[in-house]
Amino acid sequence: MSTEYEVVIGLEVHAELKTKTKIFCSCPTEFGGEENTHVCPGCLGFPGTLPIMNKKAVEYAVRAGLALNCEIQEYSKFDRKHYFYPDLPTAYQISQFEFPICKAGYVEIAVNGKKKKIRLNRIHLEEDAGKLLHSGNSITSSQYSLADYNRSGMGLIELVSEPDLSSAEEARTYLEKLRAVLEYTGVSDVKMEQGSLRCDANISLRPVGSSKLGTKTEIKNMNSYRSLQRALEYEIERQREVLEEGGTIIQETRGWDEEKGITSSMRSKEEADDYRYFSDPDLPPIVLEPAWVEEIRASLPELPDAKKDRLVMELGLSEYDADIITGSRALADFFDKTVTLFNEPKTVANWVMGEYLRLLNAEGTEVQESKVSPEKMAALLKSQATGKISGKMAKAVFEEMFMTGKDPEKIIKEKGLVQISDTDALGEIVEKVLAANPQSVADYQAGKEKALGFLVGQVMKETKGQANPGVVNGLLKQKLTD
Amino acid sequence: MKITEQEVHSVAEIARLELTQEEGQKITHALQVILEQTEALKRLEISKVKPTVYVLPLQNVFSEDQLDKCLTQEQALGNAPEVEKGCFKVPRII
Repeated sequence: MSTEYEVVIGLEVHAELKTKTKIFCSCPTEFGGEENTHVCPGCLGFPGTLPIMNKKAVEYAVRAGLALNCEIQEYSKFDRKHYFYPDLPTAYQISQFEFPICKAGYVEIAVNGKKKKIRLNRIHLEEDAGKLLHSGNSITSSQYSLADYNRSGMGLIELVSEPDLSSAEEARTYLEKLRAVLEYTGVSDVKMEQGSLRCDANISLRPVGSSKLGTKTEIKNMNSYRSLQRALEYEIERQREVLEEGGTIIQETRGWDEEKGITSSMRSKEEADDYRYFSDPDLPPIVLEPAWVEEIRASLPELPDAKKDRLVMELGLSEYDADIITGSRALADFFDKTVTLFNEPKTVANWVMGEYLRLLNAEGTEVQESKVSPEKMAALLKSQATGKISGKMAKAVFEEMFMTGKDPEKIIKEKGLVQISDTDALGEIVEKVLAANPQSVADYQAGKEKALGFLVGQVMKETKGQANPGVVNGLLKQKLTD
Repeated sequence: MKITEQEVHSVAEIARLELTQEEGQKITHALQVILEQTEALKRLEISKVKPTVYVLPLQNVFSEDQLDKCLTQEQALGNAPEVEKGCFKVPRII
């Protein structure tokens, strides 16, 4: 008899704050830049320097906390977390240990149509470390490392979930949800590929029904949503096998290897006490004025869940469509703006999720960089709605518009794409097609509905696709029953 | 409260301090004396004193989110014992 296990996962997510400057000094947070040029004596950890709290970073942490239903803490303070590693010039990281700025939040996720509340334990502010480049092919074969401190001292929020996730898919969905909320609130760029959103996972298994948590491992190095899901699926199976063979799980940190598709041991987990946390005497505590918190709350935009509900309830979109459109704020804003200009939400949704997303993905671009504006999109949809061009033509126009950013009217003119809806002009062609296809005419009149489709196709062919299919259909039916 | 030599050595290890056996004994003794002195505090009536983290009456010392000048790469690396590709060259640490 094999034991049934249940999976327990908690995520620790780091999001880089979109402030202009670092969290405790005035160096830029811009991505890229020559090595060690976005640094000052402060973020290089020189003796005698003092950190000063960036007010915007506090505001952003509160913003994120409010958007994630947290209890904003009136009193919070900073602690030093000590460890030795060359990416940390002071040999301690300034973080919040005992008194984080936000506690006890939640987000709602839906997996396979089932809704579930995932609780957040806390959100706290901290500084990022520098970057180490390893010589040689890998960290283990390198002789030395190169330290670049441009990232040192960038503001981060760490969002710690409760162990409420019970599958790799839930973990992924939760991370995507956090990403969306943080993007909407504008506190972070949340780009996993650039490292502005990072995620570590704690994972353990326990026999179903047991209330005691199993020994956990911590998984690192997951650089995409897909690798998070794959790494956790792998780790669940690995732990299950160890337990089924009567073994024990070792509490340790394991790294995900994307190429090999496995996790492997990095180091055994240091006890929390080893960090020797203590209050940072250089940073006075933060005491939040309720009025400021309310001001921040009032400035929150419509959040993904509310937007999704509105798209479903008011605009009549399906849950699935609304989920996709609200998955990113930029896309949702594009949709909203287009609908104000062309008030057929379902049509707009189909285009946004179909052609638009397809081309964005194919070209690897983002909504913000795209040459298609809501105005152009709406103009194109109007041309189709009035019958000026057919659906097929609209797709061709859209593709060119996407690539070049030209106005749809201009593209329609240049390509000579005008749909023929004129019944007199089409009538002649219809007559011609009927005369040339007596068999199909006979078939239709004998009750074979399919023959009509063939005849419509022939008219389209004659007009090089410019005939209005709806008009042709009507004309054919009329002539065939006359 | 009693502190053992073993505790002193394990704290020294995570703080990257090298202590000889003799130094360990000396420091253990010194720390023991300090701890005994703090024991005296326990005899005070402190039920009405709030826990204090900071001695200065400061809070909310903020800076605006405005850029200021950074160091140049040459300045940043000026004190580095070894430099390569615009970076501090450091021993490999796993």
